[in-house]
Amino acid sequence: MRSARHNSSAVINKSQRRAIQRYSAFFLLPTVAAFIIGFVWPFVWGVYLSFFRFRTLGKTTYVGFDNYIKAFNDTTFLSSFWFTLAFTVVSLIVINLIAFFLAYAFTRKLRGSNIFRTIFFMPNLIGGIVLGYLWKIILDAVIIRYFGSALALESKYGFIGLIILVSWQQIGYMMIIYIAGLQNVPTEFTEAAKIDGANSRQLLRHITIPSVMPSITICTFLTLTNGFKLFDQNLALTAGRPNNETEMLALNIYNSFYESSTNMGVGQAKAVVFFAVVVIIALSQLYFTRSKEVQQ
Amino acid sequence: MRKLRSFFTTGFFSLISAVWVLPVVIVLFNSFKSNDSIKTSLFTLPSTESFVGLENYIKGIFQGNYPFYLAIIYSFIITVLSVGLILLCTSMAAWYINRVDSLFCRIVYYFCIFSMVVPFQMVMFTLSKTADKLLLDTPFTIPVVYLGFGAGLAVFLFSGFIKSIPLEIEEAATIDGCNTLQIFFRVVAPIMRSTYISVAILEIMWVWNDYLLPYLVLDKREYRTIPIQIQYLQGSYGQVDYGATMALIILCLIPIISIYFFCQKHIIKGVLSGAVKG
Repeated sequence: MRSARHNSSAVINKSQRRAIQRYSAFFLLPTVAAFIIGFVWPFVWGVYLSFFRFRTLGKTTYVGFDNYIKAFNDTTFLSSFWFTLAFTVVSLIVINLIAFFLAYAFTRKLRGSNIFRTIFFMPNLIGGIVLGYLWKIILDAVIIRYFGSALALESKYGFIGLIILVSWQQIGYMMIIYIAGLQNVPTEFTEAAKIDGANSRQLLRHITIPSVMPSITICTFLTLTNGFKLFDQNLALTAGRPNNETEMLALNIYNSFYESSTNMGVGQAKAVVFFAVVVIIALSQLYFTRSKEVQQ
Repeated sequence: MRKLRSFFTTGFFSLISAVWVLPVVIVLFNSFKSNDSIKTSLFTLPSTESFVGLENYIKGIFQGNYPFYLAIIYSFIITVLSVGLILLCTSMAAWYINRVDSLFCRIVYYFCIFSMVVPFQMVMFTLSKTADKLLLDTPFTIPVVYLGFGAGLAVFLFSGFIKSIPLEIEEAATIDGCNTLQIFFRVVAPIMRSTYISVAILEIMWVWNDYLLPYLVLDKREYRTIPIQIQYLQGSYGQVDYGATMALIILCLIPIISIYFFCQKHIIKGVLSGAVKG
């Protein structure tokens, strides 16, 4: 996609370009103005504010890296980081295994596979808040009746509940990506391997999985970033209960802004750290995708 | 033997599919039951004693200090205005950026890609303060905030398609006497139809389901969206009305699911086009 620009031999000529440029206020200005209001300025200001101690914006005091030191000494921030990491790893494995299994089954000749795809994708359209309360009612009913506990009482139920919830939500999405990948597996390869006497397990291991590696990379990173950024579902299902034990990173940052009124600068510093973590994940995705492209 | 096996696999996946929709079905049944019956037996069908008709729905829509139908109206207004604004402005900007291709355009483009990686928590505090100052805290002005925060992904998606449009088409239109506006609205925009649909679906799903941005930006005494109102009803302490909650959940799901069954292919394609966002 990137190289398309260089391949297109025709470069727009000067007079046409000038004609378009005359309309810059109409074509470009609205988006750029809104982009500055909605992103660029808040971002720059946010980084700036992370070096200040403040309760209201009227009174800010420069404190250097003090907010960052406080953030890393905050036990709730660290525990929310470990909870998020554990959650992300488990959800990544569960979602991708099941999604791949379903995609594999639904790309073979199977009656009704179109209906199955429709059904499995459906939960992806439901918003996080509604999804969270839908599952909260059901899970609480099960836990109260069969385990004599509740989501808000033990963190292990909150953890399992969150895994069930995001699996339900995201498996269909990842399944569709895997289906697209599986449909791109060249049939000549599979047929040639079959003629050579490969059984279905060998086919899967040596032909199918290597061919869908790009899909696997995409889905791995999507589930990874989704896990790290999870907020709505966390707020609706457990809201961090009990005792902030099921609080994830995004919710922890939110709470240090709006639930505790001591120093909002710490919240902003946490947000910058959070941003850095997400950027590291995105950059490693770029690296992985690139190195795969070289092989092909 | 083969037939038998395919019969069993279909049966197996039918069973899993049934389990998959079960949560929605349970909530649907319970939205017609009385509160007592929901608490004692969530997993039974409504019986003659526990069936309460549409009582939960009426309660959910009209009760409380903030009527739910207002939240539906505001959600609808915000979604329509925001998505309309995003489609119009970002498609124009993406075309301009790709055709003019000046240094400034490239900077804007790379900023757009960068913004796709930034999590909302990074800007939530400063963004809500900025929006407050600029009076963007009503359903009729919040679309500007959505345009600003959502511009990155939309510009990126439109650009991807614009790069594949052969320049000859636009050159021919110029020779035929089209001016710049006509080239964009009569020639380029119609070609991008399928991209418009994909981006529209992606943005609709985002704005309609979004909770934190409107919660922080809107003046919540006057304006609430559906997710905000559900969070208010549930997050507050005190007695939770399960029946009304389930009725509201069903009300939220009906438009989404019915639209989904009518234009499934477009929706899946549109939602998947967001997979590039890290």
